[in-house]
Amino acid sequence: MRSSGARRAAPRALLLILTLLLAALVPALGKHEPATAADSPNGGGVTLRVGIQQEFDSLNPFLGFSLASTDVFRLIYPTLTTYSAEDFSVVPELATDWKSSEDKLTWTFHIRQGVNWSDGRPVTAHDVAYTFKRMMNDPAAATANGNYVDNFSSVSAPDDRTVVIRTESPQATMRSIAAPIVPRHVWSRIDNVAEFANQRMPVVGSGPFVATEYRPQQYLTLRANEDFWRGAPTIDRLRFVNFENSDAAVQALRKGDIDVVRDLTPTQFDALRGTDDIHRVRGKGRRFFEIVLNPGAANSAGDPIGTGHPALRDARVRRAIDRAIDRERLVERVLGGYGTVGAGYLPPIFEDYYWTPPPETRRPFSIEAANRALNEAGYPRGPDGVRRGPSGRALDFEFVLHGDSPTDALVGKFVKEWLSRLGIRVRPQPVSDNQVNQRTTAGDFDMVVSGWSVNPDPDYVLRLQTCGARPKPGGGGLPDSFLCDRRYDELYARQLAEFDHSKRVDLIREAQHRFHRMATGLILFYPNTLEAYRSDRFEGFESQPSEDGVITAQQGYWGYYGARPTEQARTASGGAGYRSAAFVVVGVLLLGAIVVASVAARRRHTAEHRE
Amino acid sequence: MTDTRDELETRGPASGPPPLLRFVAAKVGGGVVSLFLVAVLGFFLFRVLPGDPARTMTRSTPVSAEQLAALRHRFGLDQPLYLQFRDFLLNLLHGDLGTSYIYNRPVAELIVERIGPTVLLVGTATVLAVLVGLWMGTRAAWRQGGVVDRWFTSVGLTLWSVPTFWLGLLLLMAFGVGVGPLPGLFPVAGMSSPDVPAGVVARVLDVAHHLVLPCVTLVAVIYAQFMMVMRTSLLEEMGAEYLTTARAKGLREDLVRRRHAVPNALLPTVTLIFLHLGLVVAGAITVETVFSWPGLGLLTYEALRVPDLPLLQGTFIVLAGSVIVMNVLAELIYRFLDPRVRDS
Repeated sequence: MRSSGARRAAPRALLLILTLLLAALVPALGKHEPATAADSPNGGGVTLRVGIQQEFDSLNPFLGFSLASTDVFRLIYPTLTTYSAEDFSVVPELATDWKSSEDKLTWTFHIRQGVNWSDGRPVTAHDVAYTFKRMMNDPAAATANGNYVDNFSSVSAPDDRTVVIRTESPQATMRSIAAPIVPRHVWSRIDNVAEFANQRMPVVGSGPFVATEYRPQQYLTLRANEDFWRGAPTIDRLRFVNFENSDAAVQALRKGDIDVVRDLTPTQFDALRGTDDIHRVRGKGRRFFEIVLNPGAANSAGDPIGTGHPALRDARVRRAIDRAIDRERLVERVLGGYGTVGAGYLPPIFEDYYWTPPPETRRPFSIEAANRALNEAGYPRGPDGVRRGPSGRALDFEFVLHGDSPTDALVGKFVKEWLSRLGIRVRPQPVSDNQVNQRTTAGDFDMVVSGWSVNPDPDYVLRLQTCGARPKPGGGGLPDSFLCDRRYDELYARQLAEFDHSKRVDLIREAQHRFHRMATGLILFYPNTLEAYRSDRFEGFESQPSEDGVITAQQGYWGYYGARPTEQARTASGGAGYRSAAFVVVGVLLLGAIVVASVAARRRHTAEHRE
Repeated sequence: MTDTRDELETRGPASGPPPLLRFVAAKVGGGVVSLFLVAVLGFFLFRVLPGDPARTMTRSTPVSAEQLAALRHRFGLDQPLYLQFRDFLLNLLHGDLGTSYIYNRPVAELIVERIGPTVLLVGTATVLAVLVGLWMGTRAAWRQGGVVDRWFTSVGLTLWSVPTFWLGLLLLMAFGVGVGPLPGLFPVAGMSSPDVPAGVVARVLDVAHHLVLPCVTLVAVIYAQFMMVMRTSLLEEMGAEYLTTARAKGLREDLVRRRHAVPNALLPTVTLIFLHLGLVVAGAITVETVFSWPGLGLLTYEALRVPDLPLLQGTFIVLAGSVIVMNVLAELIYRFLDPRVRDS
């Protein structure tokens, strides 16, 4: 028969392959092994390894806008100013000081002396001017940070140490331009920003770390910048390791393969309680979660759009719904207790702007009060127990949820139950993120779960609630709750033009008060940010803010910059893991070979026996 | 000259190369047409997805309406669908699959980068699964209904029905992290460690070490189908008369199995292996996600999360393409292996 020989040979071929593999590996192991511990390719020292669950969308600071990327840009590139670790106040960074003209339209920044790019050239005002001008003139360069220069009319560098920026209208956010500054001598040679990956290592920057090695979807390594103007970081290297799956990241932390994990779920966080050598960090988060009630969506021309339920145009109905939501319960059951009950628009991590409703406007949880309010407002229950509006239409709401979010699913379940006790029917509709975006922009919803990450300067999220944020008739625009309220807009405009910090804070709080009163977005809670690190290897992470803050993904570089290796981390040899690994592989191969050999032998034996 | 040509023409249809060539051409041609249809389907399929990709890309990032418009323009999203389709086809002919939204890099480049790791993982796992599956299937069939058969079948079917994700996580915890006093033996994520000393052997060893857990997971899940097909087709052969003849000739049982029954039972398995090779690339998505293995599956997963239309479209074409190519190969090889098909 044609293939009978091949059949018999199959196990033997496997044995042969395994033996050959072994033969190839064993001598090589012996030869390479002694060198393993001594000469690490990275030159020794201590590496802080951070597990991340998001890919870097780009290492090009003009293009990358994922949180993972912006986090790394803060470590590599300088910014004019930064946020203090203590309380998010604006502090000097590349700019030592700044002043604005009488009319608040001209800003002059003085650039720090003695700061160098990692290739040795000095950082000057011309680099700053070049960066901003490129963002203003090249649409591709405006991809990630274009909103910072939207209002700029001109940028110039009269000398090496001075940058002058003119704006179209007064802008209080001029002190917190977080756009990365790039070296002109490198970037002026790049013609097409949109197609430049910026992966030629080492990447020229001037931050506390320099990117030296990048393997997409695997890891990014940065080494400490010895010339950093504030002084070199204590750790020698920082490495971001990609994990697609947060459970695997937690296991890697337990095992000691990485030193820091972030974005833990409450369950993972709880599971790490009491684990040796692991310290957990429960930080205040920058996000708020809200339920948006469609107040009668309209585009920027004022024309009604979408399919919102007419009853929700009545602020009394919206406020009654608000009273029927038990936020304490949501924080307990949805967040596992890791969060703060919401009411004001901005999360408590930003102490200055954080606002809670005063007693007279507060709407504490009470199903009875909510029922009473709806009765008074003229929404009687029908024969089926469901309330009817003045037009006779039942209060029957479509609740749009993010289909892949367990948080949304739970919120939907609770809210449906509570509102049913008001005589309001809620139909949860879990859909893809994409559809959530589409439906919210089109106003095709009654209720939807929304949420935003807030920057230390809250201007961006405040603007989402202005009339100007509504979609344009031809599309575009970034609506959130379709609020269009003259009073709110006026407060928004005044805070943007207010340069006295305490006055601006007052205006921002007043705007939140107005937002709360209008009840188009019901702020549910502010989730904590949960992190953990290996306390046997590292200590001294500076948190931001100093009280209950986070150590990763900060608005600055303080966490990684302040990390100090412990004595144990300094003395541990780096190659041991690899060596034992090699032995394990050899062991497994040997085992396989023995099994195959014994099976083959047994077969031959039984065959002979039968004969 | 004329004589020879005449001879060729008359003899050709019966045994010469022209019918083979025609057969190959027909199969390959069919494959090319299918590939084209897949590409067209891919284009429209992902355009049906609701939502504004530019908006999705910039989720939770401060961007102005102008920035969004610029993004839409850059990715050609502001053009009518038929123009987008025309550009897509023209670019496809040049091997250009467009630019990924999330990576800002050519899709083709990203895919080429990730094919290596996936082929390594899927290839190793398939070879192992085929060897293990065929061996177990033969054993089980030969002693049908016995202890070995029952064990092999029930374990195989259990593993086949276990969710890959869950099995991967279990293995990861048991052998990656360690249980109780047992230390973790294998890395839990990635394809290589950054700290490996220089040298080809060290790097190969390191990758092999990372390969163990994902590979074992994949083998555990897929070997059962090879086992079951082998078992079934061998059982079908076992009643055949030629085996009785072989036995009557005085051949020992071992030889009857290995020389007569198994080779004939192998034929359906060959087709399965090739079909499977095409499918498993997609099947690797879960395993690659659990173990953060930087392959095509992981890339697809990333693309799906955003969703990144050009990247999804690209991976879709490559994944569907691999199924088509393997299908064509299976048919060609089957013809080569099985004389009955060749003659008809």
